[in-house]
Amino acid sequence: MPPELPSFLARFPAGSVVPQTGAGAPVDQETWVVRREVLLDLCRELHASRETRFDLLLEIFGMDYPEREQRFEAVYHLYSIPNGRRLRLKVPLAASDPTLPSVIPVWKAADWFEREAFDMFGLVFDGHPNLRRILTHEAFQGHALRKDYDAAKRWILTEDKIWQPRLEAPERGDSMFERMTINLGPSHPATHGTFRIVALVDGEEIVASEIEIGYLHRCMEKMSETHTWQQVIPYTDRLNYCSSFINNVGYCRSVEQLLGIEVPPRAVWARTILSEFSRIMDHVVANGSTLVDCGALTNFWYFYQCREEIYGLLESLCGARLTVSACRIGGLLADLPPDFVERSRRLLETIPPLISDVETLIDKNRIFLDRAVGVAAINGEEAVNWGYTGPCLRASGVGLDARKAHPYDLYDTVEWEVPVLRGGDVYDRYRLRMLEIRQSLSIIRQLLDRGVPEGPFVIDDPHVALPPKDACYNQMESMIYHFKLIMDGIQVPPGENYGFVEGANGELGFYCVSDGSGKPYRVRVRPPCFPIFSSFPTLIRGHGVSDVVATLGGLNVIAGELER
Amino acid sequence: MTVDPKALRLPGVQVHPTTLEPRRMTLAERLYLPLLAGMMVTIRHFFLNIFRFKKKVTIEYPEERRAYSHRYRGHHILTTRPDGSPRCVACFLCATNCPADCIHIEAGESPDVNIEKYPVVYEIDMLRCVFCGYCVDACPEEAIIMSNNHDMAFYSREQSIVGKADLMKPFTISPDRLGYRPYYPEEDARHAEMRRQAFDLVAAARAKPPARDAAAS
Ligand code: SF4
Ligand code: SF4
Repeated sequence: MPPELPSFLARFPAGSVVPQTGAGAPVDQETWVVRREVLLDLCRELHASRETRFDLLLEIFGMDYPEREQRFEAVYHLYSIPNGRRLRLKVPLAASDPTLPSVIPVWKAADWFEREAFDMFGLVFDGHPNLRRILTHEAFQGHALRKDYDAAKRWILTEDKIWQPRLEAPERGDSMFERMTINLGPSHPATHGTFRIVALVDGEEIVASEIEIGYLHRCMEKMSETHTWQQVIPYTDRLNYCSSFINNVGYCRSVEQLLGIEVPPRAVWARTILSEFSRIMDHVVANGSTLVDCGALTNFWYFYQCREEIYGLLESLCGARLTVSACRIGGLLADLPPDFVERSRRLLETIPPLISDVETLIDKNRIFLDRAVGVAAINGEEAVNWGYTGPCLRASGVGLDARKAHPYDLYDTVEWEVPVLRGGDVYDRYRLRMLEIRQSLSIIRQLLDRGVPEGPFVIDDPHVALPPKDACYNQMESMIYHFKLIMDGIQVPPGENYGFVEGANGELGFYCVSDGSGKPYRVRVRPPCFPIFSSFPTLIRGHGVSDVVATLGGLNVIAGELER
Repeated sequence: MTVDPKALRLPGVQVHPTTLEPRRMTLAERLYLPLLAGMMVTIRHFFLNIFRFKKKVTIEYPEERRAYSHRYRGHHILTTRPDGSPRCVACFLCATNCPADCIHIEAGESPDVNIEKYPVVYEIDMLRCVFCGYCVDACPEEAIIMSNNHDMAFYSREQSIVGKADLMKPFTISPDRLGYRPYYPEEDARHAEMRRQAFDLVAAARAKPPARDAAAS
């Protein structure tokens, strides 16, 4: 049953907001087709009205349907934290005039997402203060994700048109220093990824800054369109490579929902456990690098010891440590190794003492407290407006966690809590991750106590998963399925689906559109650190240069995911 | 949509705090006292390590190497028939399934009448390869498997394109360095017979039973 429409819709002209219903409408979430003239007003209402309260803008992206009359489409994914409700807005745009109003006045998170849609599709957002390319080079021509852009095309980009930061800050009369522009990055040990922060400093204080990203843009979304559904899995590994398993799960879940298949319990069980282990790894990296950037190296080694051990576990399942590609659509790539439970239990014993050691070293350590408390603080209201999700949002006092709010896999069958802190600063982001590691360990322990569910590790459907090898050698039918599945790929029925998981640094979404051809029509990734990082200039304004370094690790900005 | 009211406060209540409550330091913290506890941690680790009271966590690579499981996805191996020719029948399934498009095969007429084709050229570009194992999954002949060798260094990009000869050096690779392949040692019993016939390389491996995954930690 479609949820009730809010009453304020009556005030909009007839036909300007049309909820999609009936055959062909997306089944994953409510979708409204909106005319661009009313977009900004509608967004204002959706955001402010007590009925709807869509306070979180998850993402904005473009779609290209060359055969349609209105060729382009801007898609908005909204989320209401108080109501736990999701909404998709689609704004069709004609190829001749792909302009629409910017929604930055409503959600600041729109800033970078609109730039990305401009870069990739050429959608023009009226009223955007800085509508420039974001993922590709300034000298790049064309819009890479349009369907008529040839995926094999290569550009030689010259230096004559390079990105110029726009740094504006009012002069203050009392400053004793000359203003200076400094670069952090693109290749700086503290950025833990390749991106550039250009900061205008007045003495030690940062008065304005701008970020240049795109150095690691790998056209993941474009490449997905030329490969089969199954082949996208290795690409997802390279999004947030600190917790690649969660990316695998997120993508596979989205495609599985589109296919309407049920994953066997054994695979779900293993996915939940390994996702939690991956979350621990990711948190350990984020905290380890925050601390190491503040000069606390010892913790890094304690942390990395847990990480190494978890890598060992993942490797015993799938044969790779970092880029695991361990999920397949419909399950896992292989059965669990025989000593999986034993090894996981050993990990549950080795990790907590290491975490406690770090807590003893850091939690009450004034040297770190002086560096972290009150630094780069953001309150809950602002954080939501900037599109924060995940640990950074929970450290600002908003207890949103997709694992609780929309439980998937086995998260609703175990006892655990969503830790929430109220400081919103570097210290609370660090503390929150430590608390989450403990919750993850408790989830894993409960699942291990339940024992490994019997049954297959991948769905027994020859249209989705490769048949077992011996069947493939010995039975003609399996052999044919094997060939067909590899040559043509999984035949996903036409449709669209937004699948999400709680990634280690926020809600990781995969919006998959199929046209039934065996290859994705579009795979759109909602990278959690993208909106978080877009708020960075605001976060560090007024702080010192050394605070930039302390802040970056705690935001857990992963360039692989930021730029795809 | 399901919402857990415990996790999300209900509408009307202010959900997003506009104020911050940063942590406040206690007197002891102001006096740097908790640092002593921290010092004890490092001192404890120092002595435990120096007197070897606990297992050393570091590995002195390359003399000592981490034991990988028998599923490790490393350098590829093209398996051979008893006469030394490749088992590969140049069906192109591996090249089709490769997400990095890094396998290059040129098929030719096989001299053996029972086999239709064989690969005249079989090259993998190791710099493009992402070691995902999709080629192994795709192969219907068990002609391509992986080893647990990850030491691949090249002086030039050309060298990184590894041809048939290098991929087919099965007997220079010790049996316990086998990696990702359709079956693992723990499943051997079930498939022993079939594999012995089909797959002489693993037959050689089984002559000396490989260490089990458990030893890998
Ligand atoms: S491991 Fe993956 S990337 Fe490498 S050759 Fe095989 S299929 Fe291609
Ligand atoms: S899939 Fe196997 S048999 Fe076919 S070409 Fe590749 S290696 Fe040869």
